[in-house]
Amino acid sequence: MTGGTVSSATGADAHAGAEGECGVRRLALGPVLYHWPRDVMFRFYETMADAPVDVIYLGEVVCSKRRALTQTDWLALASELEVAGKQVVLSTLALIEAGSELGAVRSICENGRFMVEANDMSAVQMLAAAGTPFVTGPGVNIYNSCTLEVLARCGLKRWVMPVELSGSTLHDIHAGRPPGVETEVFAYGRLPLAYSARCYTARARNLPKDQCGFCCREDPDGLLLRTREDEAFLVLNGTQTQSARTFTLAGELADIGAQYFRLSPQSQHMSQIIEFFAARLAGGQGPACEPGRLYQYMPTGPCNGYWNGTAGLQQPAGACGDA
Amino acid sequence: MELVCPAGNLPSLKIAVDNGADAVYFGFRDDTNARHFAGLNFNDRSAARGMEYARAHGVKLFVAINTYPQPSGWPRWTAAVDRTAELGADALIAADIGVMDYASRRHPRLPLHLSVQGSATSHEAIRFYAERFGIKRAVLPRVLSIRQVTQVVGNSPVPIEVFGFGSLCVMVEGRCLLSSYVTGKSPNTYGACSPASAVRWQETATAMETRLNGVLIDQFDRDESAGYPTVCKGRFRVRGNVYYAIEEPTSLNTLSLLPQLQKMGVSAIKIEGRQRNPAYVGRVARVMRAALDECRRDPDGFSPRAEWLSELGQVAEGTQTTLGAFHRSWQ
Repeated sequence: MTGGTVSSATGADAHAGAEGECGVRRLALGPVLYHWPRDVMFRFYETMADAPVDVIYLGEVVCSKRRALTQTDWLALASELEVAGKQVVLSTLALIEAGSELGAVRSICENGRFMVEANDMSAVQMLAAAGTPFVTGPGVNIYNSCTLEVLARCGLKRWVMPVELSGSTLHDIHAGRPPGVETEVFAYGRLPLAYSARCYTARARNLPKDQCGFCCREDPDGLLLRTREDEAFLVLNGTQTQSARTFTLAGELADIGAQYFRLSPQSQHMSQIIEFFAARLAGGQGPACEPGRLYQYMPTGPCNGYWNGTAGLQQPAGACGDA
Repeated sequence: MELVCPAGNLPSLKIAVDNGADAVYFGFRDDTNARHFAGLNFNDRSAARGMEYARAHGVKLFVAINTYPQPSGWPRWTAAVDRTAELGADALIAADIGVMDYASRRHPRLPLHLSVQGSATSHEAIRFYAERFGIKRAVLPRVLSIRQVTQVVGNSPVPIEVFGFGSLCVMVEGRCLLSSYVTGKSPNTYGACSPASAVRWQETATAMETRLNGVLIDQFDRDESAGYPTVCKGRFRVRGNVYYAIEEPTSLNTLSLLPQLQKMGVSAIKIEGRQRNPAYVGRVARVMRAALDECRRDPDGFSPRAEWLSELGQVAEGTQTTLGAFHRSWQ
C-alpha cells in the first residue's frame, strides 16, 4: 500500500483488513446521512466501536440545521472511537450555502487532530490552503487521473470514487493514480444522488424549509418516493435525494483494486451487514457469504448498475423484484 | 452586467448577436459539453463562421467544455480544449479540474470560466479554481438565495455570473446523478440529462405516459400537455400523495431582481437554453437586453414591464416562471 500518511489505522489489523493484490483492504463506515435522534446516534456508535470496521467517518453531511449532536459531541465521539482502535475521519457538509455553514466547515478543517473528509470544493480549498492532508467524499467530482493528480498536489491522501463511475473507469484511473493516494469505493448503501437548496422532506409535508420542525427525524432511512405505478424509486432525505435501492458490491469485492470499502449506515441490521462484509473480505465462502444474503437487510432491494457501467438502478444478476 | 446568450447552432448564434447579446456560448458536437443533443452544437466549420459573425459585431464568444471526462474519453476533451484555443475564443467554460489543469498549462492565454457544472457555491470553492488555474469568472449554481449570492459576490476573488432566465435545475448542477441512476447517462458523464434515447411517450386509453428507461416519470390526462420526462420534474407518490415531489416544470426568471444583482456587483447574466430554438434565443435576448439597458439607466426606478413578462412567459417551460432559490421561500 502506498501513502501510509492516512493510515494511522490503529488496531486495524485486529479487524477486517485482508491481504489482497493491492495490500490490506479495510472497511470504512460512512457518515450517517439521516437525522437520527441524539440517543440513537450515541447508541449506534457505541455498537460500532466494537464492530469490525477500521475507519469511521463522523459528522453531519446533509443539512446544517440538524443539530442532534454539536461539534463538541462529534469531537468527543471521535476521541472515544479512536481509543476503541478506529481511525476517525470528520466529514464536512456536502452543500455550502450560508456563511455560517462555511464557518462550520472551517472549524472542522481546523480541528488539528483528526483527518477531514472534504465533501465540497470549499473544504478542499480550506484544507489545501492550510497544507492539511485530506480525504475527498463521493460528492467531489474526481472523474480522471489528471484531477486526482492536481488534488494529490493539494494534499489529497484518499478519495472516495463518485458513485456513478464504473469498475472499469476505476481500473483506468488507477493506471494513472499518483503515488500516495489511496482509493475508497462506496460498497453498500442507498446511493447519494443529488443535493438541493430545497428540502423535499419538508415539501412532502407542505412545510417551508425554515419551519421544517425537523420532520426528517421521522424517517430513519429517508422518505420513500414511489412512481405512480408504485415502484420504489427514490428516497428523500431532506435536501439530499438518494436511490431507493441499496447499492451493493458484495459480489464484486474480491476483484476491486481499492483499499477501502465504504458501508453507508442504515437504521437496522448494520452490525450484520458489517459482519458480512468483514467475512467476505477475509475470503469467507459458503452460503453465509453469498452476496444475496444481504438483500434481506435492504429496505427496498439491491442495485449495482453503476459499477457495471449501466443505469444505476439496475439490479445485480439473480436479484428479483422490488420490495 | 454582461448578457450571455446560448447558441445551439449558427442561426441561434446570429439571432442572439442581432438581439443584443454581449457574449454567446456554445459547445462542440459531442459529449464534451452539457447540452449533448442530436442535431445540436458546432463543428469546426460552423464554429469558425460563428466566430466570424460574433467578431464582426463586437460580441464575445465562449466555448463550453463542461462535462467530466473519464480516462477512456480524455483525448476528446483535450482536443476540444485545443480547438477552442485555435478558434481564438474569448473564454473556455469548464467544470472538470483535470480539464482546467490541461487548459491552463497548454493554453495559458486562453481565459477560463468556471462552469455552473463545477458546483462552486462559496467564495472558498471559487478561490480553489482562481488560485490554481487563474479563472477569470465563475458561474453560480441555481441554489443560492439572493442574500447568499450577495455574500459570494462580495468575497469572490473573481467576477460572478448568475443565471437570469431559462430551465431551472433544482439540484446543484454538477452533482446530480438522477439521470444516470435511471438511464446510465448523466450531465457529468454524457452531457445530457434524461437523454432522448431513453424517453418513451406512451398513449394509453385514458392518459399519456412519459417514461425514462421504462420508469414511469409522469402521466397526463388528455387535457394536460405532457412535459419532457426529466426525473426531477415528474409526479410521484410520497406519503400517499401524488404530486411534483421535487419541482414543478417552471422556468427561472430574474427580471425583477436585476437592480439587486447589478447593485451587488454581479458581472454577467446568463440565459439558459442551448437546446431551445432560435426564436426562443432571439426573444429572450431581446427582452433581457431591453431590461438590462433600462436597469443600467435607472436602477432605482426599474420594474419589469408587463410586455417583457408576457414575452418571457410564452417561452417558459411549463409556461410559468419562478425566482427559484433567489427567493428564500422557494427553498
